[in-house]
Amino acid sequence: MNDILAGLAAALRLIVTLDAELVEISLRSLQVSLTALLIASTIAIPFGTLLAVQRFRFRRSVIAVLNALMGLPPVVVGLIVYLMLSRSGPFGVLGLLFTPTAMIIAQVIIISPLIASITHQAMRELWAEYHDLLISLHATKRQRIATLIWDGRRNLLTAALAGFGRAIGEVGAIMIVGGNIDHATRVLTTAIALETGKGDFALALGLGFVLIALALLINLGIHALSGTEREGRW
Amino acid sequence: MTRVFTLTAALFLSTAAMAEEMRMAVTTSFENSGLADVLLPAIKADLDIDLQLLVVGTGQAIKLGEAGDVDAILVHSKAAETAFVASGHGTHRREIMYNDFVILGPTADPAAIAQDTKVVDAMQRIAAAQPAFVSRGDNSGTHLAELALWKAADLDAAGFGDWYHATGSGMGAALNTAAGLNAYILADRASWLNFGNKADLALLFAGDPMLFNQYAYLPVNPQKQPHVRNDLAMKLEAWLVGPHAKALINGYSINDEPLFVFNATDP
Repeated sequence: MNDILAGLAAALRLIVTLDAELVEISLRSLQVSLTALLIASTIAIPFGTLLAVQRFRFRRSVIAVLNALMGLPPVVVGLIVYLMLSRSGPFGVLGLLFTPTAMIIAQVIIISPLIASITHQAMRELWAEYHDLLISLHATKRQRIATLIWDGRRNLLTAALAGFGRAIGEVGAIMIVGGNIDHATRVLTTAIALETGKGDFALALGLGFVLIALALLINLGIHALSGTEREGRW
Repeated sequence: MTRVFTLTAALFLSTAAMAEEMRMAVTTSFENSGLADVLLPAIKADLDIDLQLLVVGTGQAIKLGEAGDVDAILVHSKAAETAFVASGHGTHRREIMYNDFVILGPTADPAAIAQDTKVVDAMQRIAAAQPAFVSRGDNSGTHLAELALWKAADLDAAGFGDWYHATGSGMGAALNTAAGLNAYILADRASWLNFGNKADLALLFAGDPMLFNQYAYLPVNPQKQPHVRNDLAMKLEAWLVGPHAKALINGYSINDEPLFVFNATDP
């Protein structure tokens, strides 16, 4: 119990003094996770919608695989990305290992299936509702997908926020591909792992509370911006 | 939303615009001891090198060097280091400093090792009493040193029973496990002094010359990995064996207890 109180105190102290290191690693956490979210959403949302609209031969298998990939173990993704980007690996010449870019690549791989799968679930129901209308209007496939994405944007927000949550709290993969280098690839989760290793539980927990607060703020901020759950609107 | 994009773009550019960057893989004991926090700012000031540390076990550090993912390594396992140089992955091996390993355990000392004067006796006593013992189990320098000690005591760690916990984790994580289990553990003195969660653990045995722990610096061979910054690695080596590093390493202490002893000599 004392450790938890000390953690709260450490979190308060870090925030009140606007600790330079804390600001740096928090911004890097946001930079990596938001960029990964942006890229993953650009790929996964149209793909998930397409899966709802389009009928093709292996559709059921693709959906099953996608659902299974939601549970992709981050540490394995990290290891594979590491081996790909290592100087002795196929993409070694790019020199991307131990950079924020490598961390973004790993996170995109981890969260894309999650976003695509939730998108598909949401879009399937919407498509059942819109099916007759869009067919009778002779909407092209592109128009159908665009309509569904636009009208289902609230549900897609949930998909994106789930992806963001998985990305910002992730440590296994980014520890391997980022290396937790001070002032280069250290983010909140890897800093927590480091401080735990030093036995400094108060600071580790303090950083943990900052991470939770940050995730909450981002979620609330996006909800406020998009105007969901407001009176008279859905 | 556009503001978020420009902000992330700016962050990207700012990380790309750094001056001279060099990567070095170091052992967890080097980082957890806190010495890195002292040396890095001095290196930046004296050499204008942004030294990026990858904190891993000696086994993984050597792998990173072999793959060419770092420019130099700073580790502490002589057998593994000489093999690294012999296979041509490193250009040479330069000794920098040393500290010593210590055996930690419950304050009550159920295996009664505190009375011993030789580390082999202490190891045999632990194996006979079979109290909980935490091993790094990750091929790190400390792990290899521990295995060598068991061997010197005519024991084989592979045949130990349930009391022997091979955690496969870094020095700090293994110390946390030992604190939780109230177990015996071999650690380097620096990590122990800098460790915040000591719980009921105490330093029970130290001082045998067999516990000597030498750290060495090995630049990665640019003939094997043409992209490594060997120029920076050589600059750093010259600095690490020089007078400023000597003063900082010898002067670094926690609770008035010095942690490392500088012992670099001219090659």
